[in-house]
Amino acid sequence: MSGIIFNLFVFVLASFVGFEMISKVPTTLHTPLMSGANAISGITIIGALSVAGQTDSVTAQYIGFAALVFATINVVGGFAVTDRMLEMFKKKEDK
Amino acid sequence: MGNFLPPSLQAAVPTIMQLSYLVAMVLFILGIKKLSSPDTARKGNQMASLGMLLGVVITLLNKGILTFEFIIAGIVVGGVIGIVAARKVAMTAMPEMVALFNGFGGGASALVAWGSLVMAANPAMLGNQVTVTIGISVFIGSITFTGSVIAYGKLQGMISGNPITFPGQHIFNLLITIAGIAFIGLLTASPSSALFLGILFGLSLLLGILMVIPIGGADMPVVISLLNSMSGLAASATGFVINNNLLIISGALVGAAGFILTTIMCKSMNRKLTNVLFGAFGGEGAAAPEASADRNVNQTSADDVAIQTSYSDKVAIIPGYGLAVAQAQHVLKEVADKLEEKGVEVMYGIHPVAGRMPGHMNVLLAEADVPYDQLYDMDEINREMPSTDVVLIIGANDVVNPAAKTQPDSPIYGMPVINVEEAQRTIIFKRSLSPGFSGIDNELFYADDNQMFFGDAKDSLTKLADELKEL
Repeated sequence: MSGIIFNLFVFVLASFVGFEMISKVPTTLHTPLMSGANAISGITIIGALSVAGQTDSVTAQYIGFAALVFATINVVGGFAVTDRMLEMFKKKEDK
Repeated sequence: MGNFLPPSLQAAVPTIMQLSYLVAMVLFILGIKKLSSPDTARKGNQMASLGMLLGVVITLLNKGILTFEFIIAGIVVGGVIGIVAARKVAMTAMPEMVALFNGFGGGASALVAWGSLVMAANPAMLGNQVTVTIGISVFIGSITFTGSVIAYGKLQGMISGNPITFPGQHIFNLLITIAGIAFIGLLTASPSSALFLGILFGLSLLLGILMVIPIGGADMPVVISLLNSMSGLAASATGFVINNNLLIISGALVGAAGFILTTIMCKSMNRKLTNVLFGAFGGEGAAAPEASADRNVNQTSADDVAIQTSYSDKVAIIPGYGLAVAQAQHVLKEVADKLEEKGVEVMYGIHPVAGRMPGHMNVLLAEADVPYDQLYDMDEINREMPSTDVVLIIGANDVVNPAAKTQPDSPIYGMPVINVEEAQRTIIFKRSLSPGFSGIDNELFYADDNQMFFGDAKDSLTKLADELKEL
């Protein structure tokens, strides 16, 4: 199986896993779910690191730097704000 | 960093990296799974962030990474901005924040795809499969970026929340979409062409703007969910570019999450996605016809509401975004506490579109220390309605409008609503009789079992809390 086809299989399977898992999340948690998922989509940071850290092209380094700033804001901000929200969700007995 | 390891270990690095990515993927999946219960959600988010940290650290072992100046600078700058934004943002502004983060994620994916093309010694050698995914990644990522920035501007009030339209808009957008796809093809055919890449970027960035400007402020929950989905798809497309399964899988998970939320929001608003995207409906403060002034309504006052609620067994509170606008969540919690002290059972019924993004109202109430086990979703609260003595409707209107069930000619007909009329009595906290943003009159105002408590939500609730103290 050539690369792109294999990758497509992975993509489609992961989408199904995503649908199954996320349809179980209660409405109460939809905002944290979205901001948490948002942070996970910052996984593109891995690509940004490779582009910013290579030495073949200086132009690409600058592009990689910009990508890295964007992705890091997405990842760090996303996880931090999700944590801040979830910290507020308390049960009655916890008071 | 990988180059500093002893040669015997260097050979094993690719395997170690891939296995670590596998672990990171498992942490993401378990993390999302744990997000399905408020008890474990915080832990789930921490697991996912641990997965991300592992992914980042292990990527630094990549032997292609030779210089760290840009990496350190990028992480420091991005990290500081991210932390400050996450700490400072008000919970009411969460939709804007998420929209902006979506945009950054999408933008980063587009930039990574661009960088991958630039750093290739000979782009023609990349192969069609890589270049086509570069094009797709640039396309989706750029649309997500500008679309999110516009959504942010609309939610912040920097851009008018009203739909911005011009004649021939749909056709124009369609043509740009087709042109964008055509340029992905052209770029694949000649990957070294800076011109094709530039035009592709231009078209995609423009399309993001054009897609979101005609959408009204009230439809923003749908748009944010959709952009969330697209930021995932952009990451996934970038995964195809750099041939990394972790990106493909994580992106697909997020894509699915965003898509499910988009569908839920559309259903709760009784809209089709195509209608939201192309309908140019739901501007805030759209011209609303004055309600028929000659009809009788029952008016009530703070002391009366205090007596009615404190002698009830069960009180349900239906909050709408008006509550958050009035910053009245904390006073509401005070009222609920007073009632509970008197032995009244208090529950909150949250309609899916009560806030400005999915689940937003739940977060706003959680911030005011309302325990989550008192938050009922629409189906749950509807089961409780027949046994409820008093329903307090605060800052909400359309979500309790019986016209959605009884009047086939009403614009909201078919929209799922909370059946407040099944309760013994309803009390509506409202400034005036004017209809909500949709401009639809509410029969409930004139019902015999309904009372209107006129005034600003915060003032009314403060008065109510004081009256309850004295009882």
